[in-house]
Amino acid sequence: MDWVNVILQGVLVGGLYAMFAAGLSLIFGVMRLVNIAHGDLIVMAAYVALVVTQTLGIGPLTSLILVVPIMAVIGYALQWFVLNRTLGDDLLPPLLVTFGLSVIIQNGLLTLFTADSLKLQSGDIEVATIRLVEGVYVGVLPLLQFVVAVAVIAGLQFVFYRTALGRAFRATADDPAVAQLMGLDNRHVFALAMALSLAVVAITGVFLAVRANFDPSQGPARLIYGFEAVIIGGLGSLWGTLAGGLILGVAQAIGAHINPGWQILAGHIAFLFVLAVRPQGLFPKVRT
Amino acid sequence: MSAKTSAGKGVRVAFGSRWSHVGTALCAVSLIALAAAPFWGGRDDLQLLSEIYAYVALASLWNLLAGYAGLVSVGQQAYVGLGAYILFALAILGGVSPLWAIPLSGVISAAIAIPVAALVFRLRGHYFAIGTWIVAEVFRLLASQVSLLGGGSGTSLLAAVVIGMAPTRQLRDFLLYWIALALVVVVLATIVLLLRSRYGLALKAIRDSELAATCNGIDVRRTKVLVYIVTAFGTAMVGALIFLQKLRVSPDAAFSVNDWTAFVIFITVIGGIGRIEGPIIGTIVFFVLRQTLADLGTIYLMMLGLVAILVMLTTPKGLWGLLVERFGWQVFPLERKVVFEERSAARE
Repeated sequence: MDWVNVILQGVLVGGLYAMFAAGLSLIFGVMRLVNIAHGDLIVMAAYVALVVTQTLGIGPLTSLILVVPIMAVIGYALQWFVLNRTLGDDLLPPLLVTFGLSVIIQNGLLTLFTADSLKLQSGDIEVATIRLVEGVYVGVLPLLQFVVAVAVIAGLQFVFYRTALGRAFRATADDPAVAQLMGLDNRHVFALAMALSLAVVAITGVFLAVRANFDPSQGPARLIYGFEAVIIGGLGSLWGTLAGGLILGVAQAIGAHINPGWQILAGHIAFLFVLAVRPQGLFPKVRT
Repeated sequence: MSAKTSAGKGVRVAFGSRWSHVGTALCAVSLIALAAAPFWGGRDDLQLLSEIYAYVALASLWNLLAGYAGLVSVGQQAYVGLGAYILFALAILGGVSPLWAIPLSGVISAAIAIPVAALVFRLRGHYFAIGTWIVAEVFRLLASQVSLLGGGSGTSLLAAVVIGMAPTRQLRDFLLYWIALALVVVVLATIVLLLRSRYGLALKAIRDSELAATCNGIDVRRTKVLVYIVTAFGTAMVGALIFLQKLRVSPDAAFSVNDWTAFVIFITVIGGIGRIEGPIIGTIVFFVLRQTLADLGTIYLMMLGLVAILVMLTTPKGLWGLLVERFGWQVFPLERKVVFEERSAARE
């Protein structure tokens, strides 16, 4: 039963990693941009939620009603005013600019909120558990978070393949020039993609903040977990990304169970192993 | 490098321009002045200069990797930390003199870079960048598992080892300063020589178009792997020296992504990527900003990030790129020029 619990916890955390990855994967899929500030934006969303809950006196999950649109607007503006200027054949400008943003966000949060680690309180739901069978318990909050992760992935899948917006995303990703000839404004499409990515980031940030302590320096690690989930799952496949997140979560849980110092290392090793034996990922969709 | 044409004229490739003669002369003069620094500067000056040399070397190596070979890595802290940890391991556990441990740490790190390259070269472009970062994280986590070297909290160099380098503190300061200067000169000279060789020509071809380079018979992958390993070798030696000067190493400091990669990339981009002079100019700007704004703490780092973003968006060739376009300046003789010369009888 011990191992069943370990793997179950890993799967539940894996849902969170899949959400780290989904926003990252979306942006890369549409405009071939790897957002190095992605993890820092997740942490920033957690702080936005902190301010919202404290100012309005509402719970963290309710605060999503405000945090999601706030982050989406930030995403649209960021893409429109800054990141659209970096897109092109050269991969350095987007990398450097998002690296710069990462440093600015980290230090900005440090200035505003200090390095103290914080947590969002969500009341009774935090400690509620469900008994599956004798000896195997699942927390309600981790379960909710996992369900939300699956819903987010399913939602993105729906938007991508069943809506006009998704068609615009796919058309621009396939051939920006032709998409423009068909009357799409690429800058607007990219900005919408970033807005959607940061909406996912907002949900991720709130769940991260409810589940564990957060501080301004945590961003890069979130970026790395998300990135690992994307590569393990295979580029361009949203369901693959979910699988990648779960594998990473389970690997970390097993590592932590063997030796607490090995938790994160075990995740990295799982990633490097997949890279060595199957560099295209487990469920690849696009070739790069 | 000369070939005879049918017209009886010789063709040869010349390097440099009028500017590069001036530049080389200036370099020689400043090198002499800097080598004499222990006689005109205080202890603080030597430390500051050593730190500047370290950043010039790191940025020049990153520039070689990203600016010439097109390998944008955000994981070079892997080799800074590796070099530092190998030096401490050799000095503390192996009883090797720290001075010998510097080149040794370079060699060992280069050997480790070979299997690492085999793995990270499976990723391309942006994914290569983050893949290298993960390798650095793996090294950091492994280093914090080595309890013989203090685990997560790190370790210091034993007093006996430190005194073994040179008997007095002043002599040690001088010695480490000259090693730092020598290292940056060797790094810059190696890069200049590499770029002047056929590998340099191959690198420039790859930078401009990988397809065209392949068509001209260049083994693109092999050249890139070679540059990656050479860069690891140099970066590890610089890392070893940085932490030998600090006398203390810890995983978080040695494998810091901000200190050894973010700043290095900002320096290179601000100065001008893809030009040897760029990292030098960038380092000067970085230290001027730091010396004047360091009291502001986090605000200073935010401004540094902002300056890097603005430079990237407005002048992607960097400050030196602006000067080159405006005045045609060139410090190092790297520009290839074909010279036609009459094969006159006067030579005989």
